[in-house]
Order: sequence, then C-alpha cells, then structure tokens
Amino acid sequence: MISILLWPLTLLRFGYQGIGLALGQIWTNKMRSFLTTLGIIIGVGSVTAVIAGLQGMRTKVLDSFESFGTNKMYFIHDWPDDGPKQHASWRVIRLRPDHFNDMLEHCPSIASLTRIREFGARMEHADKAMNVSVTGIEPDWHDIENRSVILGRTFTHTDNEGARQVCLITEQTRDQLRLDRDCTGQSILINDRRYYVVGVLEERPDSMFRDGSSEAQVFIPFRTAWKVSEGFMYAMAACESPEVADDARAEARFFLRHTRNLAPDEPDTFRIEIMKQYLDQFNAMAVGITFVAGGIVTISLLVGGIGIMNIMLVSVSERTREIGLRKAVGAKPSAILLQFLIEAVTLCLIGGLVGLLGGQAITELLASIEKAGLEEAYIPAWAMGMAFGFSATVGIVFGMFPAIKASRLDPIQALRHE
Amino acid sequence: MRTAQNGPSPSATEQAIIRLQQIRKIYKVGVERIHALAGVDLEIGANEYVAIMGASGSGKSTMLNILGCLDRPTSGKYLLDGQLVSRMGSGALAQVRNDRIGFVFQSFELMARASALKNVELPLIYSNVGWWSRRKRAIHALERVGLGDRMSHRPNQLSGGQKQRVAVARALVTNPSILLADEPTGNLDSKTTVEILALFDQLHREGQTIIIVTHEEEVAAHTQRIVRMRDGQIESDLPVQEDKDQHSQERRIPTSDDVSDAPSGFDADNFDNERIPDNGRPATTTQAPEPEPRSPQSDEAGHEPTPTPARARWASRGASR
Ligand SMILES: Nc1ncnc2c1ncn2[C@@H]1O[C@H](COP(=O)(O)OP(=O)(O)OP(=O)(O)O)[C@@H](O)[C@H]1O
Ligand SMILES: [Mg+2]
Repeated sequence: MISILLWPLTLLRFGYQGIGLALGQIWTNKMRSFLTTLGIIIGVGSVTAVIAGLQGMRTKVLDSFESFGTNKMYFIHDWPDDGPKQHASWRVIRLRPDHFNDMLEHCPSIASLTRIREFGARMEHADKAMNVSVTGIEPDWHDIENRSVILGRTFTHTDNEGARQVCLITEQTRDQLRLDRDCTGQSILINDRRYYVVGVLEERPDSMFRDGSSEAQVFIPFRTAWKVSEGFMYAMAACESPEVADDARAEARFFLRHTRNLAPDEPDTFRIEIMKQYLDQFNAMAVGITFVAGGIVTISLLVGGIGIMNIMLVSVSERTREIGLRKAVGAKPSAILLQFLIEAVTLCLIGGLVGLLGGQAITELLASIEKAGLEEAYIPAWAMGMAFGFSATVGIVFGMFPAIKASRLDPIQALRHE
Repeated sequence: MRTAQNGPSPSATEQAIIRLQQIRKIYKVGVERIHALAGVDLEIGANEYVAIMGASGSGKSTMLNILGCLDRPTSGKYLLDGQLVSRMGSGALAQVRNDRIGFVFQSFELMARASALKNVELPLIYSNVGWWSRRKRAIHALERVGLGDRMSHRPNQLSGGQKQRVAVARALVTNPSILLADEPTGNLDSKTTVEILALFDQLHREGQTIIIVTHEEEVAAHTQRIVRMRDGQIESDLPVQEDKDQHSQERRIPTSDDVSDAPSGFDADNFDNERIPDNGRPATTTQAPEPEPRSPQSDEAGHEPTPTPARARWASRGASR
C-alpha cells in the first residue's frame, strides 16, 4: 500500500534528477544537441510564426468587420439554379420596394432596414459638371451604415415619404464641385433636377470592402430615387446582434418568399448575404491555413523526431558502460528507461523553446513590416502550449525506442562494452 | 576469525550469508555449450574474507557476477541472507544489488564527469534516500576509505589507488551485506595494491564480508579463506594457512627463469595449469573439490589444453621443456 503511495513520489524524484542529468548531458554536447533539435526548432518556429501571422490577419479582419458592421445583411435579387424561374426575365426576378413593406414588424431579429437604389448620373453646380453615383436611401440607412454626417442633418422620414429633392453629399464630392465648406442649403443639379444639400457625409472609413470610393457619391431619399429612376434595387438591414444573424436570415427569407409569392416548392429568387458569413469564411480559411501549417510542422517534427531517436541511440551506445554501472549499483530497468526518456523529452522541450523564441522573432519581424499589415501578429498562449506539447510528444515517442534499448541492456555485457 | 577456521564446514550453514547449491551457468555460443559454472556449492558466512582464485576462464567472474546478482544461474539455488535470489526478476535483482551488494571493478568504473562525492552518491540515487542523508552517507563512506579531503575531485584528478578507493566507497555507501571485488588490484601497481589491500583488511576488521577475485597470491594471502576454481568447479576451498602449505609445496618445483619473460597474467595461468594436476576428466563431470596433495610431475600431455591459443602455446612450451 505504502509503496503504491510512494511510487509517484519516487517518480517525481527520478524526474527532477533525470532533468538535471539530461541538462548536464545536453550541456556537454551543446553543438550536437543543437543540430539534433534543429528539426524541432524549425518546425516549432515556423508553425508558431504562421499562427501568429494568421492571428494578426484575423485581428485586422475582425477590426474591419467591426467598423463595417458585423450585423449587416443584404437582400439582392438572384436567379435560382433550377426551376421554371431559372431563365425568367429580370422584370420577374427583380426586387421591388413593396416587397419590403412591413418587413420590420414581421422579422423581430432585424433592427433596421433600408431599401437602396443606385444609379449613375450627371451632376452640375455653377460651371462644374461631373459624373456621380447616386444612392437612394431611407433614413434607417444612418443607423446601419457607420458614417456620420459632419455638417447639416440626416435624412428624415418626411424627406423620404415626400420624395423631396434633397441630397447628402460626401466631402470629396463637395470639394470636387467647388462647393463651400458648409454647403447646406445650396442647390445642385442631378440629371437636370434641382436638389438642395441638407448635409455633408464623412468619407467612408478605410475598409477592405468595396473600394471604388474614388467615385464621387451623392445620396438622395429612396422614394425620390425610385421616382426619377426606377430599376434595380436592393436592401440593406441590420440585425439586432451578430448572434441572431441566422435567425434574421431565416425570418427575412420566410417574409420575402411570402411577399414575392413564391410557391412552397419553388427555389428562392433572391439571396441574403450576412456579413457574419464572410467572417465565417475567413475563419474557415484560417483553419485551413492552420491545418496546412500543421502538416508542415508534423513533417518537420517527424524529421526532428528521427534526429532525436538517432542521437539518443548514439547516446545509449556511448554510455553503455555508464548504464551497466548504474544497473550494477541497483538501477532498475524502469529507472534507466525514465532517465533516457527524460533526456529525450528535455532535448525536445529545449528545441521547442528555442523554436518558440525563433517564432517570436519572426513574428516581431512580420509585425514590423508595414506593407504586410500584420502589426497585430502575436503567438497565442494555446499555440505556445501546443508547441511544447508536440515537442514533448516527439520526445516520448522517438525517445522510447532508445530508452527501452538502454533499459534492457544486460549489466555485465554493458560493463564489458568498450 | 571463527568463520575462517570452520570455513567450508557444515556448521557455518546457519549463519551463512551466501549459500550456493549446484549452481550452473551455461553459455550457448553457436551450437557449443560452455559450462562456465558446472555445479558449484559454496557457503560464505558473515564477516568472512574470501579470495576466489583460478586460471583465466575458470569461471571466477561468472561466479562473482552471480553472487553479485548481476547475473542469474542457469540452474541451481542461490540464497542470499536466506532469500532465494536465483529466480528473481531483473527489477527485484536490481533492488537486491542496491540494498545488499557492493561491487568493486577492476577498471574502477567511475563516472568521469562527476566528482568523487557524486560518484559515491550514485547507488543511493536508486534507493529511497533523501538528498541530505545521501550526501551525509557519501561523505561518511569517503571518509571511511580515507578520501575525506578529495570529495570534489574528479576521477581524472585522482591517482589509480584513489580512484579505486572512491569505487570502494561507492560500494560501501549502501551498507551492503557483501562486498564483491573482481580483480580490484588488477589495474594497480604493487604499492597501490598494498594500499587497497590495507583498506580491505580494515573494512574486514570493521565487520564487512568481503569476496575478492584475484590472480595474485599476495592479494589472496590477505584473506582468510581461498576458493580455487578450475573449469567451472571449485577445486579447493581452504583456510588461507592450509592453502599456503599445499601451494608452497607445488611452488617449489618450477624455476622461475623460464617463465619470468612471459606476461604476468599468462605466467600465473600457466603456473596454475601446469602445477595443479588435472585428472583428465572433462570439466562437466568433475566432482567435488579435490584437496588431495598434488604431485609436481603430473603428466602435462594428459592435461586439457586451455581455451586460448596463447595459453595453449605456453602449455606446449612447458611440455617441450
Ligand atoms: N557472455 C559469455 N558468453 C559465452 N561464454 C562466456 C561468457 N562469459 C563468460 N564465458 C565463458 O565462461 C568461462 C568463464 O568465464 P569467466 O569470465 O568467469 O572467467 P574468469 O575466471 O573470470 O577468467 P579471467 O581470470 O580471465 O577473468 C570462460 O570460458 C568464458 O569464455
Ligand atoms: Mg574474470
């Protein structure tokens, strides 16, 4: 009984003695140990660097989603892949404003909604004229889109309901048209219709989505836009929170199928895109990259492990006499096994540590390259844990065979060994 | 002293530390079977001081390895302190070696990179001794062998005799029941040999049971009992005085000049082989030790040639003379 209780203690004692011995052994064979663990150093170093890079990318992507809005969703017409409407005309497939009537009441997970109509137009002011992209929006747009009005006011329901000839103008467009800095109350011509400027919108914050921001933009109420130019439209909504995005999608789908009179067996004639799904896609890609990196690290750890096994075999045969002596003075086979196993594991863990330091150096290098956009790159704690875990596993797996060999040596023969 | 007198007599049975019964060790080399030990019976009591002698290849080391639980006999019983060890597994044997046996080797077998103290501590690492008492016991053992002032020296900073003392200290540190030494002075010059023998004598006086394998009569002369082996069997087992009487008779005949140029090891072997008559019986069938007086002119032609060619050469040279 007591011996069973003492067993872990004995193991512990051998453990720390073994580590001391192993460190001594590694220290006396510094160069050899370094070369041996190179495989593990490279493996751990490269994989931690890749993970750190991904982490940096992820942080960046999450940041831009955050600024863009992770709870945003879009409703766009779409031809189904099959069914009778597969080749239907655009008139049948297109979305119309009335499809979205009362949507908010029927979709509790959707917080706000705006129909959007975009078209190109010619815009004039005084002697200046230019092509602009006109976007018809509803007042909810201001809640969904992360863009503030820096001068003047936002659109109101009255603007929209009354289809008033008012517009919001971006800073860039204002400057290109040589309008005053505070141009509210001034009028401009869009396709020869007169619109009054009610506010100035800030430029779209820098984002990895939708560039083309170089194009001049002007916003008018949706109804106004629909009146002057009926055609392709879509809608944008924000769900209550990113967590209910899938609920919101289901509710919206049900609602739109209803308003668009789709029979139960008919496929959708529209598509709903959630920002969250892009995030999911990115995550999936990150997982993919992690797996590829994992494959690389597995191979290099395998190679490293074979190196460890080789050097441990050399070590066992070099120290045959010592093993014989240890056995002669009473070392049990298990004690010898443990000693060599600990040595292999220590070697691997040191390799893992050096690799980790190397990975950290690469990470800092990556973070310092401005173009790479990986300033947020860092090695997460789980990756460090994994690096050591894998190193230790390699030590155990590849150290086992030499350790067993050492533990089975016959003491007399070992002592006779030259 | 008492045990020395009644050495091999049955009355020692009760106090015997070591009891060997029909121990055989058979090595298979290819199809050949080598009877390294061919039925050995031996008893050794507490505080005995025994020398095992015999020609090269006669099985001395094999016997010592079995006594030291480094090896298991092919058949036969070995009782150490009344415990049957001849059938133990390797783990249990390691424990026995650790607890009860101190081994001294011809080539010291010290760890080159460790200090004397660390070397002596080694056996205690494998027993349940705490760090502090391990150190204390190692220091004590080194003091016992007179190396209290050399504890932090490494083996390459010690003389041969000092190295062997460290090895003896290492063997003693676990307070073993028996101290076994396989040619402990084989690598030492005559002066250091005397030094180490004095140490063994001292340990014996302190109550240690000691068994030494040796080729040298001077070494054997320090002991109380001499076991002579031949072809895996015990040829004679006598208190040192009686053994000396017999051998001094045999010794008188050869003139030393014709063998003095031979290497000393072979010289001794040759001497033994030629002077101690062989009855011509194969090793495996030879029975109990035969302490009967030998006649010096035993026929050398009938003498079994010894296994090594070198020895055969020396034997034939002796024959041609
Ligand atoms: N591992 C082995 N395999 C085969 N034969 C062996 C082995 N070990 C010893 N022998 C044989 O057993 C016999 C006894 O050997 P042992 O080493 O005991 O002799 P010894 O008396 O110690 O000789 P020496 O005085 O030279 O040390 C020899 O014939 C030897 O060749
Ligand atoms: Mg020998």
